Amino acid sequence: MDLLQTIVSHYNHWIIIFLMVSGLYIVVARGNMIKKLVGLGLFQTSVYLLYLSPGKILGGTPPILSPQFTVYSNPLPHVLILTAIVVGVATLALGLALVVRINEAFGTIEEDEIFAGEEDK
Amino acid sequence: MKFDVIFRVAAKILIPYMLVFALYVQFHGDFGPGGGFQAGVIAAAMVIFYAIIFGLKAAQKIFPPRIIELMVPSGVGIFAGAGVLSLLLGENYLNYSPFAQDPAHGQEYGIILIEIGVLVTVSGTMVAIFYSFIGRGR
Amino acid sequence: MIAANLPALQVVLPLLGAVLCAFLRRGVYAWGVALIVSLAMPLIAIGLLIQVLDSGTISYAMGGWKPPIGIEYRVDVFNAFLLLLVSVIAAVIMPYAKRSVEKEIPSDRQAWFYAIYLLCLCGLLGMAITGDAFNIFVFMEVSSLAAYTLIALGRDRRALLAAYQYLIMGTIGATFYVIGVGLLYSMTGTLNLADIASRLAGIENSRAVLAALAFLTVGISLKLALFPLHVWLPNAYAYAPSMATVFLAATATKVAVYLLLRYFYTVFGASIIFQDLPVSNIFLILSLAAMFGASIVAVFQDDVKRMLAYSSVGQIGYITLGIAIANLTGLTGGIVHLFNHALMKAALFMAIGAVFYRIGSVKLDDLAGIGKRMPITMAAFVIAGFSIIGVPGTVGFVSKWYLVLGAFEQGWWWLAFLIVASSLISVVYIGRIVEVVWFRPVSAAAKRAEEPPLSMLLPTLLLVAATVYFGIDTSATAGIAGRAAEWLMVGVK
Repeated sequence: MDLLQTIVSHYNHWIIIFLMVSGLYIVVARGNMIKKLVGLGLFQTSVYLLYLSPGKILGGTPPILSPQFTVYSNPLPHVLILTAIVVGVATLALGLALVVRINEAFGTIEEDEIFAGEEDK
Repeated sequence: MKFDVIFRVAAKILIPYMLVFALYVQFHGDFGPGGGFQAGVIAAAMVIFYAIIFGLKAAQKIFPPRIIELMVPSGVGIFAGAGVLSLLLGENYLNYSPFAQDPAHGQEYGIILIEIGVLVTVSGTMVAIFYSFIGRGR
Repeated sequence: MIAANLPALQVVLPLLGAVLCAFLRRGVYAWGVALIVSLAMPLIAIGLLIQVLDSGTISYAMGGWKPPIGIEYRVDVFNAFLLLLVSVIAAVIMPYAKRSVEKEIPSDRQAWFYAIYLLCLCGLLGMAITGDAFNIFVFMEVSSLAAYTLIALGRDRRALLAAYQYLIMGTIGATFYVIGVGLLYSMTGTLNLADIASRLAGIENSRAVLAALAFLTVGISLKLALFPLHVWLPNAYAYAPSMATVFLAATATKVAVYLLLRYFYTVFGASIIFQDLPVSNIFLILSLAAMFGASIVAVFQDDVKRMLAYSSVGQIGYITLGIAIANLTGLTGGIVHLFNHALMKAALFMAIGAVFYRIGSVKLDDLAGIGKRMPITMAAFVIAGFSIIGVPGTVGFVSKWYLVLGAFEQGWWWLAFLIVASSLISVVYIGRIVEVVWFRPVSAAAKRAEEPPLSMLLPTLLLVAATVYFGIDTSATAGIAGRAAEWLMVGVK
């Protein structure tokens, strides 16, 4: 019963691990370039949750100074994740731009087809 | 899309409010959730919305690609320039305290300045990405 | 005012230079801006090194907020050495860039190339100078995104594939780094490296900290191109524009090595890493695999740039071998090889870039007999090649000497033998190039070759002369590397 209690109370960590592993699996297992980028985004989302979920202090208010409150949530993880989200968006944009150019240059975005084409050279 | 009356009228009503909302989020970034990045994305969404409803040509007449391309480095220049201004006023890089009479107001002015820089760069980048993706294959 | 703010200026000047380049239309003007910025960088780095040697570690509070609350730029001997290396390389290769970029990049993109190049430089310098764990991530991604763009500008369409593969792997590496930092932050409550080190005092063996160490090591090793995470490197270096390859090969992996050493020695402490955990053995096996495996693959390549890229993976194996031999001499060998490999590889890639400038190809068959048409360039290539092998009188010998000495001090005679054996493999691939270039009849492609213009030839010769000079007079490089190694190992019994 105690073990079940511990497992259930850490539900945020289970979600993080599930997203992380599924994101990595998509990157490794799928040959379509856009699907790889989607998997990468999923993987990065799990990392955002890794920072944000411990940042919420139970019973804490949003971190804006006010005389009524004494316990505030931690604002630092939110700022860090904002930066990480912007980096993730920039990476996704760059990756998609590369996929568009690869599609124009090779005619396909499936990795197996591209490598098969390259093997014949 | 531009021949559909509903879309055109709805767009003409919504777009100014989108811009106002973007500026609202921008200036309330000091006191609540918001700030340059979110505001920049909302402003870019406004431009993209206009381009989807009224066509790329019409959007590029109002928001010329050349100006958008210049916005991307200008925002970075504003941000880095704010830091250089701190250096010239004798403090460490990006120390906003000397911007006004007392440090608290100085911090406020400094943050508003750099958030404007972030707004310019992010909205410019988002619209530039949109233009470069849409403009291909025509 | 300037002297007190040198750490900030080291990062801000390339950033402002990049902004200026992005406004310019003509590639030549952008090259001028990049040249001025690149020449200013070593001056700032030398200033920082002098300040550190005089008065100890510099701590610069960014934004006026004192550490550990604020972001701190922390410069010690190791840092200052690395900053000097990156800035000097950037300054020396900038004159080379003008002709190379004019030939390989379309004219409407040249100004953007220089802007992205300066952003990459800014990111690398920032990674080296900052003392805040998340700030390292920000600069890491700035330099990596700029590197992906630089690589994608190559002429061959496979450059796009190489950039995409590097993007996927590099982003996974950076995200692993962020996971590691997140776990450390949740255990210690701070992001400042020095503060994390002091707060880790009682909890080093807890599961979260060990997991953080694992994630950090894998993430940084991906950026470092440690075997088997090196897969992105050969394609990226082979298909990128020559200028991008020269810059990235000489600097990007070195800064990642610095990061690894910073975490191993300053944050976690050598006793945990090398005595309690088998990190030394793991790195030993991986380094040997890199040294032998990559060198053997290099022998069978037809494209000289690809061959040099695989050679880079092997040489990085030597650097991590110096880390695995965890004593003072071994670490000194690793750090001095960091410096030496930057010089050697920059010279080699510049020479082959000059060949590409003249004849438009880097395939080994097209290079037949080119030694008779471009004798000075090829002589420079061969001397730098001797340095890769480790011939006495060149810098390569100095690093291998320290590594062998370090292996003897640990009592690992077999390791010293393996180091020498792997050098023999490099004789094979360098020898292959020498044989094709000097001892075959001139091929059709090589007939139009002649010496490259002075702006490309002089930086190459300067770096090659440096490889010979620092191989003979080792007091400067080995001296500073020794001091850096001592500084890192302070407190290790």
